[in-house]
Amino acid sequence: MAAAVTESASARPMVRIRSVRKCFGPVEVLKGISLDVPVGGVVCVVGPSGSGKSTLLRCVNRLETIDSGRIWVDGDLIGYAEKDERLHHLRPSQLCAQRQDIGMVFQRFHLFPHRTALENVMEGPVVVKGVPKAAARRRAMELLDRVGLSGRAGHYPSQLSGGQQQRVAIARSLAMDPKLMLFDEPTSALDPELVQEVLAVMRDLAASGMTMMVVTHEMGFAREVGDNLVFIDGGVIVEQGDPRQVLANPANDRFRAFLGQVL
Amino acid sequence: MTGVPEAATGTRTAPEPHLPIDAIRPPRPGRWVAAAVAVLAMVWLLYTIIVNENLHWDVIAEYLTDGRILGGLWVTIQLTVLSMVIGLALGILAAVMQLSGSPVLRAASGLYTWFFRGTPLLVQLIFWFNIGLVFPSFGIGVPFDGPKLIEWQANELITPFTAALLGLAINEGAYMAEIVRAGIRSVDPGQREAAEALGMTHRQVLRRVVLPQAMRVIIPPTGNQFISMLKTTSMVSVIAGAELLTVSQRIYLGNFEVIAMLIVASVWYIVLTTIASVGQHFIEKRFERGHHALRTRVRRNLRPFGKGSV
Ligand SMILES: Nc1ncnc2c1ncn2[C@@H]1O[C@H](COP(=O)(O)OP(=O)(O)O)[C@@H](O)[C@H]1O
Ligand SMILES: [Mg+2]
Repeated sequence: MAAAVTESASARPMVRIRSVRKCFGPVEVLKGISLDVPVGGVVCVVGPSGSGKSTLLRCVNRLETIDSGRIWVDGDLIGYAEKDERLHHLRPSQLCAQRQDIGMVFQRFHLFPHRTALENVMEGPVVVKGVPKAAARRRAMELLDRVGLSGRAGHYPSQLSGGQQQRVAIARSLAMDPKLMLFDEPTSALDPELVQEVLAVMRDLAASGMTMMVVTHEMGFAREVGDNLVFIDGGVIVEQGDPRQVLANPANDRFRAFLGQVL
Repeated sequence: MTGVPEAATGTRTAPEPHLPIDAIRPPRPGRWVAAAVAVLAMVWLLYTIIVNENLHWDVIAEYLTDGRILGGLWVTIQLTVLSMVIGLALGILAAVMQLSGSPVLRAASGLYTWFFRGTPLLVQLIFWFNIGLVFPSFGIGVPFDGPKLIEWQANELITPFTAALLGLAINEGAYMAEIVRAGIRSVDPGQREAAEALGMTHRQVLRRVVLPQAMRVIIPPTGNQFISMLKTTSMVSVIAGAELLTVSQRIYLGNFEVIAMLIVASVWYIVLTTIASVGQHFIEKRFERGHHALRTRVRRNLRPFGKGSV
């Protein structure tokens, strides 16, 4: 009995995306996306610019609303509550509660420029969760240490390199103890020599069992860390599978052409 | 190839030679002439003022610390600070309404700034002072002529001070709304998204992330508004507001020292605006936290051609 319960819990994916469609005005950007991310899994999403990768990630933590379909994170329907066979919009406070469990890392970092690295990492726990300052500071120092930046705690974002800023941004997300981390092209704004230091942090995070959805052009990272590689083009999933296999033998012509450009 | 040392090629063996720069600056005669003219003009102006017998320096000195003048000074300070604080609060409210999703709130805010920026402050001041002619009494109770809990007579409530405060603060709020709105607009939308992704509520995002960053853009013009307000309070003299200019006028109506009393008032206005400018400088610095590059930006943008770094 107990075994059955744990089995069904572990069989339940961390993220379940079903038939998601999203329009911006007349343009349909997501044309029916279905995807599962198992607990502890790392999904790498690739595709040409404008294909809807960022939009998909932003729908998962409700920075964008969807027009149809369903998204569940850890069993919770995102954005709505289902009651008496009808969907009800969640209240803003409930949306905030859902977002707390989902970390997001942006292409352009978006650190708070008026706060130091340490204050950036403390901000979420102190403001959102009401963690006492001293405890939040201790935890923030641990996280900065984990991303290799304990020596930069007092620096403002403008005094950090891009790679350092992105690592602080990752620490800031981790401070909320998320169940899921979303990465939207985390290394695309970085100088080439800074890419690896961020990927190393992400590699460690994946190894620690974090569930991750990563939009990236780093095929090496996808091959090495990813459990699943998803190629999106024109708002639909064109091809997906084990990264080592699909990268070695891409079946779809457009995917092959895309790989020819990025590799 | 005269005297230019050969660049070392391949692996460096000899130490690099020392090539001191001891250059002579080009002459700038225009600069010297301009400075001489400016000094001469200032000396002449000062001289004519000091020797002028129509300026009664002894009277000015005597009235500078007169009790009535100091009282007026205090009223000016109170009016300025209170109107700016209330104006800023109204401005933030109106700006947040303007940027909200609700068309009703947007329209209400737009109407407010449209009306109060569109009519002269002088007219508004006289209007508030005479509000009793339109609304003889104010009350708290059921709207639309329902029963009232408390009721005040306008004549008792509207003193020159409250009329001045109403006029100045409400007018200021309309201008501050535009300043605050520009400040909020200047914040990268990515900041809001990053904060929302952490799970912050709308209010937390505004208070912790958007407004502190907007402040950097809001503070310089607000400082200007404050300095301007110190002087704008003198308009209150039309409704006998008992501030600096009003009391100066009252005194010169008695002793006929018109120019001397105006100079007394001006000295105090300059003292106040100077103190405010210094305060503005320090507050601006405080809100530049994390923007080190900004501090030198004005200087760098205006640096004369040919000058090296700083
Ligand atoms: N807020 C928005 N309003 C209108 N169009 C948008 C918005 N966000 C994205 N788009 C459009 O949606 C398409 C997909 O964008 P995006 O998801 O950012 O693509 P990707 O991340 O794959 O490059 C693009 O054509 C983009 O112009
Ligand atoms: Mg994108």
